[in-house]
Amino acid sequence: MNRFGYYKARDTGDAVAAAAAHAARAQFIAGGTNVVDYMKLDVLQPDRLVDINVLAKDVHGRIDVTSEGLHLGALVRMAEAQDHPDIKRDYPVIAESLMLAASQQIRNMASLGGNILQKTRCQYFRETSWPCNKRQPGSGCSALEGINREHAVLGTSPACIATYHGDFAQALIALDAIVSTAGPNGNRQIPFGQLHRLPGDTPEVETVLEPGELITSIDVPAGPHTRRSHYLKIRDRQSYQFAVASVAVALDLDGDRVRDVRLALGGVATVPWRSGEAEAVIRGNILDERLAAKAAEAAFAGAEPRQYNKFKVPAGKAAIVRALLEAKAMRI
Amino acid sequence: MQRDVSDLQSSEASEISAGMPFIPFASAPAGGASETEAVELSINGENYRLTLDPRTSLLDAIRDHAGLTGTKKGCDHGQCGACTVHVAGQRVLSCMTLAVMAQGEAVTTIEGLASPEGKLHPVQQAFIDNDGLQCGYCTPGQIMSAVACINEGHANDDDEIREFMSGNLCRCAAYPNIVAAVRQAKAEMERA
Repeated sequence: MNRFGYYKARDTGDAVAAAAAHAARAQFIAGGTNVVDYMKLDVLQPDRLVDINVLAKDVHGRIDVTSEGLHLGALVRMAEAQDHPDIKRDYPVIAESLMLAASQQIRNMASLGGNILQKTRCQYFRETSWPCNKRQPGSGCSALEGINREHAVLGTSPACIATYHGDFAQALIALDAIVSTAGPNGNRQIPFGQLHRLPGDTPEVETVLEPGELITSIDVPAGPHTRRSHYLKIRDRQSYQFAVASVAVALDLDGDRVRDVRLALGGVATVPWRSGEAEAVIRGNILDERLAAKAAEAAFAGAEPRQYNKFKVPAGKAAIVRALLEAKAMRI
Repeated sequence: MQRDVSDLQSSEASEISAGMPFIPFASAPAGGASETEAVELSINGENYRLTLDPRTSLLDAIRDHAGLTGTKKGCDHGQCGACTVHVAGQRVLSCMTLAVMAQGEAVTTIEGLASPEGKLHPVQQAFIDNDGLQCGYCTPGQIMSAVACINEGHANDDDEIREFMSGNLCRCAAYPNIVAAVRQAKAEMERA
């Protein structure tokens, strides 16, 4: 691990100013489960660590559920949100996506804001002796012809096929969440679907956030679909494992007919992945297994699997069918 | 550990070639780092005034600086749970926590569980009663995790115990006996 200066921020403005003073070489730290890991691996080498945990003691550590929607402070810990009775009842896809991630120790530590920005687990990104365009722009992608079983089949580019492994983000993109930030140029709100950037030819640029810009909260608008929402996660072992494929789904039903649907995919794409293609197949129609299978085909029509991750296409399709039918069967 | 300049990322290397003498880990970087900081930790109710490199994990501070070696280092990357301790009553991974960030919070390790008279905590006793270990290396982490699991209310049946203890790996695979130990301890803690 490289040497760094540690700075404990006093409040949001202080945190932003402290980070902005060191521009791209500063790193915010909250729970540390991702940042400390990657610092130990020398993948992250910040000059300055800005500890933002003090923000948990103010408004950014709060959960509020109102008729307008769900407000989550960015410093809320995963475990707090997963166990919140109102979230479990009104936004089950959010509670489930958190509960099915990591371990309870990590969920006690990890903040929601940090969770959204977690780095890929691509083994070539983690191990600094390999070329990796995301870690060292222009050095090449070792995964393209390497052991790419864990890698993405959607949203890939010739420069990077690293999977975005988060679960919570799939629930947020499905429910049209809004991210609020504070930064050197003031505060702003970003639709969740615009936060992450496809790798393209600059995979090292993962989000639209500016240096020194800090996520302060997340808002999820209320709607008739949020109660009938569900997160299904398929993985190699039943707990404490990243997704092979996962599905966040929310349905607004009129009998068997789908008034509205939101569907996002995890474990198979380079960024949090909303499938407008699958939604278009389902919306307005009677939901049964055949329609769900048609939606699954549409979701993966553009998939570009490589040598070892071909199985993710049928696994992802099966997950979509199961998630839709399970959401339909929910008693709310 | 010494590193070669060739290991460094290009931006760091260019700073060095711009005329700074390079002494690995000894020169102060741009972030205003000092080599060591005074760090005060409260572990098992006792205050420790330590002088630490800011890179020191809570795990290394507990073991190597406070001398409490009950907490174990397994993977050192947040994957095995052997280093589990309680910070402010919550189970966390001490390997993924920087010691400077644990200041002002109450830290509890395996050494802090038994009563001052030496009576074992019900979870410790339950691990003995149920043979919840073979080699024992993961056991301090398992026990700290189990105490919190029960306190959180996440030990209501075997499936829930398995789910909420999944962050603690046991390569001897004593899992069935660990589940039995958590079940027994939960019943005893509820009676107490």
